[in-house]
Amino acid sequence: MTGNISEAILESNLADMPQLKGSLFEGRCLRSRLLTLLTWILASLAAVPLLSIIYMLVVKGGSRINWETLTALPPAAFEFGGGIGPAIIGTLTMVAIASSISIPLGILAAIYLAEVAPHSKLAQTSRFLAKVLTGFPSILAGVFVYASLVVVMKTYSAWAGGVALAVLMLPTIILTAEEALKQVPQKMKDAAYGMGCTRAQVIGRVTLPTGLPGVITGVLLAVAGAAGESAPLLFTALFSTYYINGLEGLSEPTSSLSILIYNFSGMPYDNQIELAWTASLVLVMMILVLNVLARVLGRRKY
Amino acid sequence: MTATEASAKNEAAAWSVDQQKIVMDCQLRRIFYGDFLAVRDSILPIEKNKITGFIGPSGCGKSTVLRSLNRMNDLIPAFRFEGSVHYHGQDIYDKAVDPVLVRRYIGMVFQQPNPFSMSIYDNVAFGLRLNRYKGDLDERVEKALRSAALWTEVKDKLKKSGLSLSGGQQQRLCIARAVATEPDVLLMDEPCSALDPIATRQVEELMLGLKEHYSVALVTHNMQQATRVADTTAFFSVDMSQGGRTGHLVEMGETRQVFEDPQAVLTKEYVSGEFS
Repeated sequence: MTGNISEAILESNLADMPQLKGSLFEGRCLRSRLLTLLTWILASLAAVPLLSIIYMLVVKGGSRINWETLTALPPAAFEFGGGIGPAIIGTLTMVAIASSISIPLGILAAIYLAEVAPHSKLAQTSRFLAKVLTGFPSILAGVFVYASLVVVMKTYSAWAGGVALAVLMLPTIILTAEEALKQVPQKMKDAAYGMGCTRAQVIGRVTLPTGLPGVITGVLLAVAGAAGESAPLLFTALFSTYYINGLEGLSEPTSSLSILIYNFSGMPYDNQIELAWTASLVLVMMILVLNVLARVLGRRKY
Repeated sequence: MTATEASAKNEAAAWSVDQQKIVMDCQLRRIFYGDFLAVRDSILPIEKNKITGFIGPSGCGKSTVLRSLNRMNDLIPAFRFEGSVHYHGQDIYDKAVDPVLVRRYIGMVFQQPNPFSMSIYDNVAFGLRLNRYKGDLDERVEKALRSAALWTEVKDKLKKSGLSLSGGQQQRLCIARAVATEPDVLLMDEPCSALDPIATRQVEELMLGLKEHYSVALVTHNMQQATRVADTTAFFSVDMSQGGRTGHLVEMGETRQVFEDPQAVLTKEYVSGEFS
């Protein structure tokens, strides 16, 4: 009896209750799930090119990774063996030259843009030009340095190659470092001023250290980008089959991984083609290591 | 207008300060941001080892006044100051005075807790290192953290980030950072406005302890806070008569007198909650 009554109450209430149970196959739900699936598939697709490139490089170039390949001079036409040692050293040297030019200049410029006079005419102009320069065809950086350095020095050189890479790194460093420095909250800078810091002390003790992870990320990404460039080196460093020979060697044509890949991959000899694959693998590994470093060093410490 | 003038006279009669006890004698004639007149005609003596509270409705310029007292406003390009702020016999707005040095003697605690993204230790040691302090850094850091009532909570995690603390702890860390260099005067700009009631009470108790060694000027939008901690209260109001929103001092006196027996009509209306 009582059961019947409560059931009756329940039933009468059910009619007025909001319907909260959804159906999975109702149009609205179905569309939402399909869209989720689509984004998932497309996100996975984005990883496919990089993974397949790395896979191919490991398959085709992995077998030649050994001490000889990493250190020996490149082989002549019908020679067997040989390696890519000078190219590795050449790339590292030119990236080092480029970094030692572009990192200090870029960070100082970023400090001006972010802190010293962000709204000045000069800042607006150079910010705009830096943005234009990021989309600049890299081969034109090579042509520019060819005209301004190679022609004047009357020789292709590691210096010229380094300067050309610096031209390409500079805008990336300026813009990412500016962004990183701008992220430092104004209230922290106010605190520093309130403690009796001069502007230089605020920048040196608070803004730069706080923004440093972001700055490092930008710098390493620029370095990684420069390490893989080939076009600007064609007109500046050219190529060589020998190691850089001391400081004077920096004023002579210099080998690099990217140009070695370009040269060797077009040759009709299996040995050279194999070395080109190995060089590609080494180059990708170098860039990968730099990227991982960027992630690790870019992590906030405090 | 008549109310303000009358109040100024009354106030002068009701309240007089011993000149010997004044650490900062602030004669603010006019403070501009560009063409905008933000504050006019306010005379504020800040007494030694006392807490001077600044109260008033929003936009009455009490923060502007506070930030003028250690030349923080100089960082705002359009800021212009007319008047004088005498500190130990020197006008801090004198041309020969370096604002950076002023701020080393007149410290500041801000509305939002703003520790640096460094360890707790480095936050407190910041000012000492800035001033190239030669003595025992650990000792001074501990002393500062103790006087900010934070030492027991953080003594085992001095290497941890200052930003890992709770809001109330962060604000006490900022106070520790400000007192580590032992400034003369401490300017506090609504230091509790971002804190919950418990943290607020802790900071208020802290302020009462601080006045033993420091002279404190405190901006607060909370009248209860003023009655709880301020020895002297300055009431600011806004007048729209000259086309802008210009703040000015209406009345200043012992806190109890300002709240219980206000001399000016504006003060009376404000403290009794008739407008805000």
